[in-house]
Amino acid sequence: MANQILTIKNLTKIYGENTIFEGIDLTVNEGDTIVIIGPSGTGKSTLLRCINLLTKPNGGQIWLDDDEITAADVNEENVRQHIGMVFQNFLLFNHLNALENVKLGLVKVKKMDKAAAETKALHELERVGLSDRAHHYPGQLSGGQQQRVAIARALAMDPRIMLFDEPTSALDPELIGEVLEVMRKLSLAGMTMVVVTHEMGFAREVADRIVFMEKGSIVEQGPPDDLFYRPKNQRTREFLWKITELYGKKEKEA
Amino acid sequence: MGDWFNLLTRFIDDFLVGALVTLELTGIGLVMGFILGLGLALSKVYGSKPLRWFATGYIELFRGTPLLVQLFLIYYGLPSLGITLSQSVSAYLALGLNSAAYQAEYLRGAIQAIGKSQMTAGRSIGLSRWQTILHIILPQALRLAIPSWSNEPILLLKSTGVVFLIAVQDLMAKAKRAATTTYNPIGSYMAVAVVYLVMVFALNALLKLLERKARIPGFELAGKKGEI
Repeated sequence: MANQILTIKNLTKIYGENTIFEGIDLTVNEGDTIVIIGPSGTGKSTLLRCINLLTKPNGGQIWLDDDEITAADVNEENVRQHIGMVFQNFLLFNHLNALENVKLGLVKVKKMDKAAAETKALHELERVGLSDRAHHYPGQLSGGQQQRVAIARALAMDPRIMLFDEPTSALDPELIGEVLEVMRKLSLAGMTMVVVTHEMGFAREVADRIVFMEKGSIVEQGPPDDLFYRPKNQRTREFLWKITELYGKKEKEA
Repeated sequence: MGDWFNLLTRFIDDFLVGALVTLELTGIGLVMGFILGLGLALSKVYGSKPLRWFATGYIELFRGTPLLVQLFLIYYGLPSLGITLSQSVSAYLALGLNSAAYQAEYLRGAIQAIGKSQMTAGRSIGLSRWQTILHIILPQALRLAIPSWSNEPILLLKSTGVVFLIAVQDLMAKAKRAATTTYNPIGSYMAVAVVYLVMVFALNALLKLLERKARIPGFELAGKKGEI
């Protein structure tokens, strides 16, 4: 049986009177790519933020390998450096060039010496195909390049698992491909990934399992073929039909 | 206008000595105000509730009362509490404490403009809150603050003029002396106004240079020429 990296049990998040999600159970095995799909406002992003401890859940537990990271005495910084996160809006450090963006965590969090950190940072930029942009500042890079630097920044910390929160939603259509390509390679190389996205082509091709979330709960999950061609739930079918139609139209217009 | 040019050349040595004192007061007030102001700004944005209240109270108090009143309370008022400070120290203290309140507001605005998302990004790679403030938020916020903060050194330089009222020998004190020796107040103050103007121009040039040097490539905040 595959090694479980991430285990989520009965997770609940409430903002004021709004229940964002309730009773979420999810397991992620080592090397798996899980794609979470679903309408906006169903708590997909909040779920990722809970996994990375950027938001505190109101109930339930999360384990990373054998350690419960939702325990009260946990060292948050220590947990976060093992969980890479890529955001919709890239969130690069604007005052630092690409290389420094990737290097910062290595020097300040991992306490690597500067020369070793620089070598590693350059290597990570190479992995995302941007070694020739190492000395460019975020403002001098395209959206797609910025997102690839952000992926390199997260990868540099050698995370156990990578979380992607709609990584291509803020990109111009012609820049989406280069980011998805990096993610596809990463998945093939065996990185454990949880991806929130509306890119159904990517989901179908790369995901080991697709999770359909709606109104704060997991409606259905399974291998891509099952979900796309034999969805059990009426809501899954409706959502997939809508989103395929939307993206299909886009392709025709283009 | 009262033959100001002759007065300027006649008293130039005296004026330069006074101008040096004025620059010293400005420099010390500015640095003190910056350090304290940064502390206040950080307290206001990231501090616990009591700290936020303290910072807000401080800023409102020092921005809400005249600098001259603050100076007199420090120089004439503190001795009644058993704290006697020299004229210069009183002047430094009043200017620094006062400037801190204004600088805190410039810095707070810039820190808030950088926003929560950079904090999220910093924390996501495992940086602590303080590390993120130090390495991510402040380097950006300080750069962002420069254009509006640039008012403060200039306003402060001109505000230092009040210290002659507790007999600190700054440029204003020298002007007053020239006025009483020559019985030509208009000419004297005109001459000194020119000296202030030269200092302000020089300071302005310096601040523009700072703004240019601190610019982040590809991240110009001001619109380029011809853009809205």
